[in-house]
Amino acid sequence: MTQNSISTMSVARAIATKDLRIEWRSKVLVNQVLPFAGIVMVLFAFALDNDGILQRVAPGLVWLAVLFSSLIIVQRTFAIESADNALDAIKVAGVSSTGVFLGKSAALAVQLLFFECVLVMLSLVLYQVKLSWGGAVLLVTVSVLANVGIATMGALYGGLGAAAKGRETLLPLLLLPAVAPVLIAATRATESAFGVSGATLGEGWPWVALLAVFGALFGFGGTLAFGVLTEE
Amino acid sequence: MNRLHPFPSPLDTPTGTRASRGLGIVVLFGTVMLALLGLFFTGEDVVQGSTVRLMYIHVPTAWVAYLAFIVTAITSAMYMWGKQHSLTFDRIAGASAEVGVIFMGLCLVTGSLWGRITWGTYWQWDPRLTTTAFLFVTYVGYLAVRDLGGSHHQRAKRSGVIALLAVLEIPLVHFSVVLWRSLHQEASVLQPSGDVTMDGLMLFSLLFGVVVFTLLFTWMVLHRQRVLALADAIDDGGLEAALQERRNEVN
Repeated sequence: MTQNSISTMSVARAIATKDLRIEWRSKVLVNQVLPFAGIVMVLFAFALDNDGILQRVAPGLVWLAVLFSSLIIVQRTFAIESADNALDAIKVAGVSSTGVFLGKSAALAVQLLFFECVLVMLSLVLYQVKLSWGGAVLLVTVSVLANVGIATMGALYGGLGAAAKGRETLLPLLLLPAVAPVLIAATRATESAFGVSGATLGEGWPWVALLAVFGALFGFGGTLAFGVLTEE
Repeated sequence: MNRLHPFPSPLDTPTGTRASRGLGIVVLFGTVMLALLGLFFTGEDVVQGSTVRLMYIHVPTAWVAYLAFIVTAITSAMYMWGKQHSLTFDRIAGASAEVGVIFMGLCLVTGSLWGRITWGTYWQWDPRLTTTAFLFVTYVGYLAVRDLGGSHHQRAKRSGVIALLAVLEIPLVHFSVVLWRSLHQEASVLQPSGDVTMDGLMLFSLLFGVVVFTLLFTWMVLHRQRVLALADAIDDGGLEAALQERRNEVN
């Protein structure tokens, strides 16, 4: 029984549990990043000082706030690894990089889901949008699938930034254009879920398919690419 | 390759060969011809007037930009899956992306100018324009990744992965923007598909432009990849010289 025989899935589980435990104990996400997202939502309201407009653009604002927050969350999740060269230690230990990638992505996805729940609730209060039961089902599906896309791309490019020490500033330039399809699809589907801009619930589901394709494609691409991108 | 090592002076590092000089002369001649064709020999368009002359640069720049990114993807794949992992492929990929970014920038600028006069606006959220803008940003990111430092092979592997991911990404961006616009189509003065009928000389000038710009692209990539090879050689030479210096200190 050698170190290498640790299965990819158990590596992924260990990394994800570790990341979530660190967040649970340090509360950085809740104490710092969540207030940031809340401020962004309020600032949007200041910038678009009109109830009618706010209601109409609420889906886009929620997903923009999610994307902005995801940048900080991704940087944070890899800062933990690069601070004491933990990523190098993991590599030296010879564990599967696919497992590390899947674990990082899973932890990111869980954190993002928490964010989305809070931001959607905030938009219900601040932007006065309404959510039916059918809309809620659509929104949960969209959030889960969009998270797969954002989390896998975030883990991939975050890993690249962490491996090339001190170059984390590259993350927004790489991540934001890459997740543009997620922003488009998730926003349109959320419009349907909120019933704004004349969108019906049925119009939202085709976007779910696009999110699923994106998540599957980059989940697969990421598992192949992560090892190469984080190589020393 | 002796001339590349270890610190070649600018005068001693020719990036041209007899063939590439010949190509350069052809490109120069072609560019002058294209300017004459575009500005003087071809007539004005019935609808667009002299604005149509922008097309003789705009269409070739768009073609070259897309060609450049295809070359980057293919040569990146050749590096990644080639047995030798030859850095020449990586340098061609990098050179091609650099030239592609320049041409895509020119394409966006000439397109905007044309759009301002023809559509009445600098920018339309048309799928083709939006995808082009995304492609531009994506390859700016690719160039930034090439600049991350590390060994030459590390650079080649990282940027190769980014180039291949971009190949996955761009169709998805295009598809999602097409879907997005299909729901939110706005009126435009002239449809971006621009159903323009062309007379013989105009069509010839356009195709001539595409050929000349393709040759220009080839010439630029040839030279640029040779410059990149020299830069890599200096890096390697510099490291070797530093090691030698240390060895001398020890001895």
